[in-house]
Amino acid sequence: MGNLSQEEAIEGLKKLLIHNDKDEQLSKELETKIEKLISEFLGTTPHDCHPVRRILGGFQSFKTNKFDVYPELFSELAEHQTPKFLVFACCDSRVSPSNILDFQPGEAFMFRNIANLVPPFNQLRYSGVGAAIEYAVVKLNVENILVIGHSRCGGIDRLMELPEDGSTENDFIDDWVQIGLPAKAKVKAEFGHLPLDEQKRECEKEAVNLSLTNLQTYPYVRERMARKALALRGGYYDFVEGCFKLWEVKSIISTPIRS
Amino acid sequence: MERIEHGTDLFDEMKQRFLSFKKHKYMQNLELYEKLAKDQAPKFMVIACADSRVCPSSILGFQPGEAFVVRNVANMVPPYENGPSETNAGLEFAVNSLKVENILVIGHSRCGGIRALMSMHDDVETSSLIGSWVSVGMNARVRTKAATKLLNFDQQCKHCEKESVNCSLVNLLTYPWVEEKVRNGELAIHGGYYDFVDCAFEKWTLDYKESNPIGKSGKVAVKDRAFWF
Repeated sequence: MGNLSQEEAIEGLKKLLIHNDKDEQLSKELETKIEKLISEFLGTTPHDCHPVRRILGGFQSFKTNKFDVYPELFSELAEHQTPKFLVFACCDSRVSPSNILDFQPGEAFMFRNIANLVPPFNQLRYSGVGAAIEYAVVKLNVENILVIGHSRCGGIDRLMELPEDGSTENDFIDDWVQIGLPAKAKVKAEFGHLPLDEQKRECEKEAVNLSLTNLQTYPYVRERMARKALALRGGYYDFVEGCFKLWEVKSIISTPIRS
Repeated sequence: MERIEHGTDLFDEMKQRFLSFKKHKYMQNLELYEKLAKDQAPKFMVIACADSRVCPSSILGFQPGEAFVVRNVANMVPPYENGPSETNAGLEFAVNSLKVENILVIGHSRCGGIRALMSMHDDVETSSLIGSWVSVGMNARVRTKAATKLLNFDQQCKHCEKESVNCSLVNLLTYPWVEEKVRNGELAIHGGYYDFVDCAFEKWTLDYKESNPIGKSGKVAVKDRAFWF
């Protein structure tokens, strides 16, 4: 066996990642190991402390392991995106849906904000969220909206500890999380007897349901749901237990009672 | 690379992906995940576009715990005087509670939000939420139109994509608690641009000078410019 240069070793490893024939597809475990090996060759490892080295390493790894390996896909994506999902997730560094649900480039239009909250439709405020919903639903015609909550959420934490007297010690955080007040009220009514920590866990899930309800106040969301062109789902990622819950939104209007 | 294609496969595929994440990442790094479950201490705050092609975890390889990420249409940061929004709530949390050391605003090629900004009619009030939001970038549009009179519309949009990142960097400094930390050297502000046509990444760092933080013409001084391809 001769001496391989670093570049030759990386090229050899990259070839292993390309697979056209389904029978030759690598197991996910092997794929992850090969990607890790390429990262080590490039001199980049996760949690590298120097910020610029960290970003450069990450980009080189992406280019080597993904962009160069799937040129047809990326050339198509460069022309347009046709994601099937609009995803709402929290900004929390631990809950990126691309990490935990392995969303690939082009699959999910992703809006991330504190506590993954969706406020009700309002043309005068919250245009940031509204713009994302309008763009994803009307322009991109996504077929699914997924709102993902998570454990130990700092935003929900703050919501549950908001002072009753309406006083605030910050500029913007309280104004934002108070969107979740209806979820907090529901949790206090049903689970007020539980310790505060457990109430917070319940509120993390209830806030997802509140966001799903608020989504239906956007006219273009409602219209597409009515003709079954759009489905809404809620999710909850618990990184303490290592589990993921998923549920659907179904509206039921019972038949009227006749006298 | 498995991609979700259609119908009822969608959520079966999602379940498989989560279980795969749990098996190959979570369970293989239990010590790290247990530590993260208690607390997060990311060094970065990233503001990126919601575009499905530009997720910072994908293109820059951020792992769990590394980056607090705000994603909105056209990766914009409104100025302090615009009042509360989801973006500056995230900013306040990242800077004052998590005490991140770096803020990175990433723009990208073929941005639909920037295109909408550049396509807006000058005098007409917009009723669309997209229009209301991207108006935050109006300074970028004005500067772009002044600087690119001879370029075609696509080229103007590309210029605006980068100009808008710089406007966001300037807007970051309108937040008193951001400016204070930048002045004290506790916080660094960076701009980035991801070109997914040619797969290249450009990055630059705001060069803060106490005597003249923004500059007379509203231009931002930069340093440590790098171009990776």
